[in-house]
Amino acid sequence: MPREKQQEYRDHPINENEEIQPNSEINENVDDLTEDLDALLDEIDEILEEDSEEFVENFIQRGGQ
Amino acid sequence: MTVPTIIGTETEFGISVKNAREQDLVAASTLVVNAYNNRNIPTILWDYAQETPLMDARGFTVEGENPTSDDANNSVINDILINGGRYYVDHAHPEYCTPECTNALDLVKYEKAGELILELSRLAAEQLLLDNQEIIIYKNNTDYKGHSYGSHENYLMSRKIPFTDIVDGLTPFLVTRQIFTGSGKVGAENGAEDTDFQISQRADFFEKEVGLSTMVERPIINTRDEPHADSKLYRRLHVIVGDSNMSEFTIYLKVGITAIILRLIEKGVVGSQFALQDPVAVIKSVSRDLSCKNKIALKDDRNWTAIEIQQAYLELAHQHLSSKERTPVVIDVLDKWEYVLSSLKSDPMSMGQHIDWVIKKKLIDAYIDRHGFKWTDSRIRMLDLQYHDLRPEKGLYARLLKNGHVERLLSQEEVVHAIQHPPLDTRAYFRGTCLRRFPNNIHSVSWNSIVFNVPTGFDKIMMERPHFGTQEIIGKLLNSCSVDELVNKIRSDD
Repeated sequence: MPREKQQEYRDHPINENEEIQPNSEINENVDDLTEDLDALLDEIDEILEEDSEEFVENFIQRGGQ
Repeated sequence: MTVPTIIGTETEFGISVKNAREQDLVAASTLVVNAYNNRNIPTILWDYAQETPLMDARGFTVEGENPTSDDANNSVINDILINGGRYYVDHAHPEYCTPECTNALDLVKYEKAGELILELSRLAAEQLLLDNQEIIIYKNNTDYKGHSYGSHENYLMSRKIPFTDIVDGLTPFLVTRQIFTGSGKVGAENGAEDTDFQISQRADFFEKEVGLSTMVERPIINTRDEPHADSKLYRRLHVIVGDSNMSEFTIYLKVGITAIILRLIEKGVVGSQFALQDPVAVIKSVSRDLSCKNKIALKDDRNWTAIEIQQAYLELAHQHLSSKERTPVVIDVLDKWEYVLSSLKSDPMSMGQHIDWVIKKKLIDAYIDRHGFKWTDSRIRMLDLQYHDLRPEKGLYARLLKNGHVERLLSQEEVVHAIQHPPLDTRAYFRGTCLRRFPNNIHSVSWNSIVFNVPTGFDKIMMERPHFGTQEIIGKLLNSCSVDELVNKIRSDD
């Protein structure tokens, strides 16, 4: 399954010499989070890992740097 | 004396295998890193001879073992990337290092490309697991149980700057910059004062002002003296105090502004004027002050807020950066820095599309409003963790980005392009292009060397100046010659 996706990532043609300029202004047009908050919270209800208690408890990492 | 801006970041990712009988994090990390290496390129080794992590910038060397690896293990845990970066297993985490970049915007692009590399390898690795098993990778810094893993930034500096000047000038900046660089965390760790939510993932883990260690008793300023370049000219400042960020805007400000502060230290205009009475306590108190309004005691008995300290640094930048230093990215970073400080001053929650900790806090507040959960509820901790999940369909940051709720600096196309193409204006161009053109003739690579395997034998070419090896300097030769010609030409120019 990932093959096609990987190919798509890798083969994307872009001009090597193209320079990227930063946005000079903050984008004011981003939707405010509150506007469609309800839809977003519905989405979170759907995708939040089930059995969160067990999941969070079992998420143990080894310390790194 | 100032040196060219060169920036790179290293990110250790959290990893978990769902439905595994036991969590073997080293095996899972190794599986993920290896799954990516399907480029039909022969094994290229990492050259550990160039590593000196036990050298201390204060002028001594600590006893211990330098990293080494036998060839078989070396090739299993290391993947040298065609974009000039490095992807490997560090302890029990997959780690991605960006190639060297000359500006904050490129850095964001290559750090984000790293997230895609992790996601691609995660998908490939999952094909090798049982059907009900799933690998999850988090770009965060803690398991919420006292185990932290890092996000490190690296900045090239002149060797002529005394290390104490860096400590004096940088410490007040680092402990207060979290107001716009924090990724947010539910709860406290490592014996620090309890809280529902704090600004930084990492603040609780910092116990000393200065030191060499990165894994225990972590210091605000790390003294590792491993320049990966000509040590007579350069040092590489290794900043270990930052959070892993999801927001492009947050990464951009974090590295862009820190690079500016280091420039001001090199110019001698930032000294000890902002020295704090107790930086180790302040890093934790700032992390707990969601209003960003609490006063911090300076050594000279002034009391300033974190925002006021940042504004004083900003003022010095406005006064002292030369016109040559004001590149388009630097000008943009200064503008955004000013905008963020004034926004945080009027209402920190107004940064809910820009700064990670605010984005996360607003999301959790809304979720708590809807369900009435307590801050200690496991679903709130899950929400915190899942904000950092790299899967596009599951990660909460990823969903916010997709739905246009957070600020973007780069298009997806630009980030995808950076997976396979090095920056053009640092030695990463030489490294990445050699990997693409001569994969069968490269034995091993480090940040500052490539060992070529040519008919005359192994030949190690050093790359001691990070701003050399660019497309402008060597692109024409590199793309037209054979590997033997390249090595001969470099040797004859020596």
